[in-house]
Amino acid sequence: MAPRDSTFLGWPVLRQLATGDLLGRGAAATSRRTREHQPRTVTADRVVQSVCPYCAVGCGQKVFVKDEKVVQIEGDPDSPVSRGRLCPKGAASEQLVNSPTRQTHVLYRAPGATEFRRMDRDEALDMVADRFVRSRADTWQELDDRGRRLRRTMGIASLGGATLDNEENYLMKKLFTAAGAIQIENQARI
Amino acid sequence: MANADCIIIQGSNMAECHPVGFQWVSEAKARGARVIHVDPRFTRTSAIADTHVPIRAGTDVVLLGALINHVLSNDLYFRDYVVAYTNAATLVSEDFVDTEDLDGIFSGFDPETGTYDPSSWSYAEREAPEGPSPETGGPAGDDASPDGGIESPAGDEHGASRRARAAGGQHGAAGPALSHANVLRDETLQHPRSVFQILRKHYRRYTPEMVRDVCGIPVEQFHEVARALTENSGRERTTCFAYALGWTQHSLGAQFIRTAAILQLLMGNMGRPGGGIMALRGHASIQGSTDIPTLFNILPGYLPMPIVGEHDTLQDYLAQISSPLQKGYWTEAESYTASLLKAWWGDAATPENDFCYDYLPRLTGAHGTYQTVLAMLDDEVEGYFVVGQNPAVGSAHGTMQRLALAHLKWLVVRDFQLVETATFWKDSPEIATGELRTEDIDTEVFFFPAANHVEKAGTFTQTQRMLQWRHQAVQPPGDAQSELEFFHELGVRVRARLAGSTDERDRPLLDLTWDYPKDAHGETDSEAVLREINGYHLTGERAGELLDSFTQMRPDGSTSGGCWIYTGVYAGGVNRSANRVPGRDQGEVAHDWGWAWPLNRRILYNRASADPQGRPWSERKAYVWWDEEARRWTGKDIPDFPVDREPSFRPDPDVGGPAALAGDDPFIMQADGKGWLFAPRGMVDGPLPTHYEAQESPVTNPLYAQQSNPSRLTYPRKDNLWSPSGAEPGAEVYPYVFTTYRLTEHHTAGGMSRWLPYLSELQPEMFCEVSPELAAERGLTNGDWATIISARSAIEARVLVTDRMRPLTVQGRTVHQIGLPYHWGVGGDAVVEGDGANDLLGIVLDPNVQIQESKVGSCDIRAGRRPRGEALRRLVADYQSRSGATVETGNARLTQGDR
Repeated sequence: MAPRDSTFLGWPVLRQLATGDLLGRGAAATSRRTREHQPRTVTADRVVQSVCPYCAVGCGQKVFVKDEKVVQIEGDPDSPVSRGRLCPKGAASEQLVNSPTRQTHVLYRAPGATEFRRMDRDEALDMVADRFVRSRADTWQELDDRGRRLRRTMGIASLGGATLDNEENYLMKKLFTAAGAIQIENQARI
Repeated sequence: MANADCIIIQGSNMAECHPVGFQWVSEAKARGARVIHVDPRFTRTSAIADTHVPIRAGTDVVLLGALINHVLSNDLYFRDYVVAYTNAATLVSEDFVDTEDLDGIFSGFDPETGTYDPSSWSYAEREAPEGPSPETGGPAGDDASPDGGIESPAGDEHGASRRARAAGGQHGAAGPALSHANVLRDETLQHPRSVFQILRKHYRRYTPEMVRDVCGIPVEQFHEVARALTENSGRERTTCFAYALGWTQHSLGAQFIRTAAILQLLMGNMGRPGGGIMALRGHASIQGSTDIPTLFNILPGYLPMPIVGEHDTLQDYLAQISSPLQKGYWTEAESYTASLLKAWWGDAATPENDFCYDYLPRLTGAHGTYQTVLAMLDDEVEGYFVVGQNPAVGSAHGTMQRLALAHLKWLVVRDFQLVETATFWKDSPEIATGELRTEDIDTEVFFFPAANHVEKAGTFTQTQRMLQWRHQAVQPPGDAQSELEFFHELGVRVRARLAGSTDERDRPLLDLTWDYPKDAHGETDSEAVLREINGYHLTGERAGELLDSFTQMRPDGSTSGGCWIYTGVYAGGVNRSANRVPGRDQGEVAHDWGWAWPLNRRILYNRASADPQGRPWSERKAYVWWDEEARRWTGKDIPDFPVDREPSFRPDPDVGGPAALAGDDPFIMQADGKGWLFAPRGMVDGPLPTHYEAQESPVTNPLYAQQSNPSRLTYPRKDNLWSPSGAEPGAEVYPYVFTTYRLTEHHTAGGMSRWLPYLSELQPEMFCEVSPELAAERGLTNGDWATIISARSAIEARVLVTDRMRPLTVQGRTVHQIGLPYHWGVGGDAVVEGDGANDLLGIVLDPNVQIQESKVGSCDIRAGRRPRGEALRRLVADYQSRSGATVETGNARLTQGDR
């Protein structure tokens, strides 16, 4: 709203009078730099509707993206659940995304080793698949002691799911069940 | 909740743990609702509430049972609702014997196994030797047939009792089967074997004075709660309960919730706006991970996992989920099962091979996460996937959790950060105590970075069963990937390794439908997975089209669907979980935002919001009603009822399933269409909730000689010792009660909060909350350190001396409670770390659901930091020795002989 700095209209006293900020502690005193600042929510390339990943209230989030990076996450006023609000955790979720300590490499710790080392993701996945197949074979239970069919392995277990998507839980349950692994659990048991 | 006239929050700190959801409590309060908070601690929830009722942890059944007694004794229950919609009038078998007559156990208990044979809890059968008493009205109910003699399709009573004994939680939402719904009823509620009279007798000693002596709640305050509840229930008004882990994490947690269910049914608060019992769940999709379970005991849609000897054939399996002559939608389980198996095994699943039912592995008991950890310690588990969890910090008995990890051959951890479970081998507390040595741990650890909620598309199911689609905002960084992509790729590689195998055991993997389309970035398309979950027509004119409703599912293989309760999320080929009509542009039920199962119904059993004739109980509480002109149910929500079934409809007694629902049977998933005050099947530890003390308690149970839940699951081991309880010698060594809880600024085991500087700065350090009285008694100073010692471990925490913790007077003596947040863990990577409260816990489980008792335990507290190194274990051992605790302590199933 303030007149441009480059003309006399930009003189402080005039600004104070023009804007009604007579004491010069509000809009009249803002610098050009401040005035030219825009919120990240305005300069974002796009806004994507999402849902908070913490508790199960399911608050709506608006994810602001610029240059393929998340620059801000805010509450979604459209949501009839949350009406735009987020709690401290939900409000901090931009930091969850952009945390400087976030791990982006696959790490491997060999038996007895004292440190992790980086590993190619493809190689690590192959190693896990090898171990999955071997443990399944080595711990297979076809029948119980009364000759009834069990068709399972008690050598492979899993924990987790309450923070994941329904589609992910579905594939996990489907794969593990087909493999005969039954000790598949998540936070709902805890 | 905004429509409630009274809200009772018990077992939850909603304002701090679900802050944004709590706005609806505040809104209700602004509209004049009464808010009551029952909790051991005074929290911000208490601060907003009209009344805070401090309670001794673990005694909720006494308070709720006394409210039941109060409304029964003073005729304050909602009689029209109770008679028509609950099983109050139903007669129970004459073999049933109540805890009042057996000093704390029900009929059917087997002390050898610690399990009940529930056959004596059955409804009375018409062909029972004694038969109904004609003078009491006998089969006066609308549902009663003129003659009995319905055969039990699931076999004889012995078969029935065997099945219920096998495992808790196997029923899922199906609840237990009844052989038929043709029960005996006495609508006058006077018959001594009617549920109503059994209930009266069961709770008659649950008095305000008992509440005072067990819970530590003054008599006047009990009456204040009772008045708030009864004055705000009935035709014109409704009361809502809300709970969270404060009710579930107990050795009789499922019974806590049952007690509230009984009370809410008696008050007519189920299926109505502003009523109900709200489970405030704590993870973004913890409801979804129960519906589509990563849980051992169920398949998607609460179908049970098959149990060896019980479910050996598909026919056995289906017969035990439901019987053709019971009421409701579980009789269609054959269609749900066939559709699931078709979704998984496609063309390989045919009617001739029972849709590959034999491909499902079999259970032989409880295989929950705690049983699995014990199996790890016995070297029975080789590989462990941990995805978005941190059991080294978040599960009970942290020491046992971490030691178990060291027994694995390989461990896969998928997370955003290096959580303590991923680094246990180098920085766990057991390295410091010398119990583990890094070089000696042979576990291979694979850490895979995970994509977060904005880096993948998919649905979360929130706490009110609503699925909300999240659109993908950006691509995951570096090697990070979604679980969808990881597990799909793992499946591809496992299948490749087994390709060509002639071993029969590999058929389920090789025949699995595992080809999913890829999205624009080459990743597995999550919408395609959601469509598979929704299900398709496979044959006929509509072949290839998505199902609109689970009622379209068929048992002949002509439909597929990966989770029947989610069918309809893609009705008409549209992803309805992505519906986003702003709340301000639609009514308060907001059907056009997200999609709730089943079939977008927002309040379950909402037929009960109308009276038996189909009219709203009151204008004020009108929600769903019968439109006489249109001959249909209508209203603000989608009716949770057959939409054209007249209120006066009475079924042919020889039919079952949805067709057997009378026009006034609102509880359409229950085998008799009624809300169950008394549970003839389904609960493994009793048909009615009964108060037992916690595994560790400073108090001797004043109600019965039986001290603890006789069916609780105990694991007597040297590494799982318990404090003596009540008057047992040694109980004074661990004189205080501790309870664990969450904070607003952290999330469970900290994986998504202790690595964030903002949140870590807000709550930097582990602390314990103690009352000024306890601080004085133990010489604790605010801001200094204290050490808390249980029979399992010892931890240190900063002391917070606060009036929020109030000493309670119980049976004439003072009981101090200590509050412990459980978010911190010991590791090397987080922004903030600290001792984990879960290290203090032992493993004892609720028998229905295998959930651990982490809301109450016994401890000592003293000033100063805990010892370092192996001295820590010596301190714990010294306490154990002084208390005289052995592997037998606390583990006796029956304590009736002790008096």
